[in-house]
Amino acid sequence: MSKQKAQEYWKKNLRYLTILLSIWFLVSYGCGILFAEPLNSIKMGGFPLGFWFAQQGAIYVFVLLIFIYVHLMNKLDKEFDVDEK
Amino acid sequence: MSVQTWTFIIVGITFAIYIGVAIWARAGSTKEFYVAGGGVSPLANGMATAADWMSAASYLSMAGLISFMGYGGAQYLMGWTGGYVLLALLLAPYLRKFGKFTVPDFIGERYYSKTARLVALLCALLVSFTYVVGQMKGVGVAFARFLEVEFATGIFIGIAIVFFYAVLGGMKGITYTQVAQYCVLIFAFTVPAIFISLQMVGNPIPQVGFGGTMSDGTYLLDKLNKLNVDLGFSEYTSAGMEDRVNVFFVTAALMFGTAGLPHVIVRFFTVPKVKDARISAGYALLFIAILYTTAPAIATFARTNLIETVSNQPYDEMPAWFSKWEASKLISFEDKNNDHRIQYLADPTRNELTIDRDIMVLANPEIANLPAWVIALVVAGGLAAALSTAAGLLLVIATSISHDLLKKNLMPDISEKGELLAARIAIAVAVVGAGLAGLNPPGFVAQVVALAFGLAASSFFPAIILGIFDKRMNKEGAIAGMIVGILFTAAYIWYFKPQLGGPGTPEGYWFGIKPEGIGVIGMLINLAVSLLVSRFTAAPPQEIRDLVEDIRIPRGSSGPGLAH
Repeated sequence: MSKQKAQEYWKKNLRYLTILLSIWFLVSYGCGILFAEPLNSIKMGGFPLGFWFAQQGAIYVFVLLIFIYVHLMNKLDKEFDVDEK
Repeated sequence: MSVQTWTFIIVGITFAIYIGVAIWARAGSTKEFYVAGGGVSPLANGMATAADWMSAASYLSMAGLISFMGYGGAQYLMGWTGGYVLLALLLAPYLRKFGKFTVPDFIGERYYSKTARLVALLCALLVSFTYVVGQMKGVGVAFARFLEVEFATGIFIGIAIVFFYAVLGGMKGITYTQVAQYCVLIFAFTVPAIFISLQMVGNPIPQVGFGGTMSDGTYLLDKLNKLNVDLGFSEYTSAGMEDRVNVFFVTAALMFGTAGLPHVIVRFFTVPKVKDARISAGYALLFIAILYTTAPAIATFARTNLIETVSNQPYDEMPAWFSKWEASKLISFEDKNNDHRIQYLADPTRNELTIDRDIMVLANPEIANLPAWVIALVVAGGLAAALSTAAGLLLVIATSISHDLLKKNLMPDISEKGELLAARIAIAVAVVGAGLAGLNPPGFVAQVVALAFGLAASSFFPAIILGIFDKRMNKEGAIAGMIVGILFTAAYIWYFKPQLGGPGTPEGYWFGIKPEGIGVIGMLINLAVSLLVSRFTAAPPQEIRDLVEDIRIPRGSSGPGLAH
């Protein structure tokens, strides 16, 4: 694999990481902690929203993020022909 | 049949399964002993990682803690799950591509230095040993309470079981036993929760149920908030400002600590490919999330049930479980105003009821009048959780000694057979040592367990991340960063933990950060020191830059041990 291609692959990987980790930060530290009190005035069924993010929602998003990452990287590996045979 | 009979039957069956699995999965080589031959399927590895991760504390204590903390309990829920996102995205695939056996392996080779390997080795031993002593104590408590034997007898039974399958099977035996243990513990944790959710809100899914309405049409959480406020506690769901600062830092310390714990990282060396390492982190978190999203539901149900059962009720009319836990001193009642009723209040001068939070999960099935076999199942689940975590940690300790210390430092010429024998002896010594330490734990150990996360966050996490993402990082930077980071964190913890003899008081906390949350600051200091030092010292040699290039790309991954 050429040096330039390797760099391009790595750059794309870093872009995915930045986006996914921003979401990771936003749901847990953002919705679950920093903005928990204002969000608590919104109700989702019986759950105050900030409380729900902190004790349920953030965890669901964490699981989703990993599966999305796996999907994106498997595609990227194929695209750059660096997947394991 | 009585609860006791059911307990012996169910615990007996599960132990027979663990031992059977261990005999089937004996290890024949060091590669099998250290990383289960590198051939574990991602799904099985996910389950094993989950069982390894969820200790007696997650299983028995966490729901109880949350039910007394309310919103603030989120720090454990998010802190002990969010780290897996970091593991999956930033560490697991690259470490798998690197393809060796241990974390000190990576640090030693990436930073082309025996000193770096030794520093990492010492950190790994420190973190794992404090952690495992707490687990062995948990094993003893669990056996003692459930099988009604002496605490010491409980520990000895625990030592015997772990000894058997860890010494025989190494990582291979441990991994497949953990798969069985995961199934037992998750079944045991969710079944009572489903029953109780059905009873209280008529919804079979506890995760949804605790946001549901009760038979009188009010939302369960609204009702709990009101109960809490009436008794002088703060609202169960409210996120106070003071709460939030520490929830923020403790959550972060737990997350980054998770991603730096050697016994978790090493799991990703056991799968065949880079692709498998990524997905198996996903499976692990999914399996962990089942327990971690059920726990807050149990916490809400249990707290509501508890207040409704005891608050301002006549002492003589308490149900049977109340007197049972009273006998073991986990509940105590002192009738301060002599009205023969139980006052459970936030105000300590008028409060008459003290409850050990650990009984929440254990008493739950009894409070809800579930059948005897469910109660026995909870017991088997608790034992599975304690045993699986202890075994995983012991393996890290044994590997550090036989591989990192003997093979890589003291006796490089040791044969494969010799190393395997050394590994077996090391794990046998570690099991017995940890058991004896658990029998008579130094007073500080219980305090230090939670702090192992801070130490891992401030030492390993930055060193590994920089090793992968910063090609210019050299040995001088990494070693300086690890040492400054872990020393700063350990010093702050010591200074502000009266249990460790430190002189500090909570008024002196920097920015109000508790010792449990300081690992994040230690991590940032580590990062800053590493970057600064590395830029003023010589760049790493070309072959190290090539190594970094290589681990960033999945293709060409070799099985662990091929280059060994």
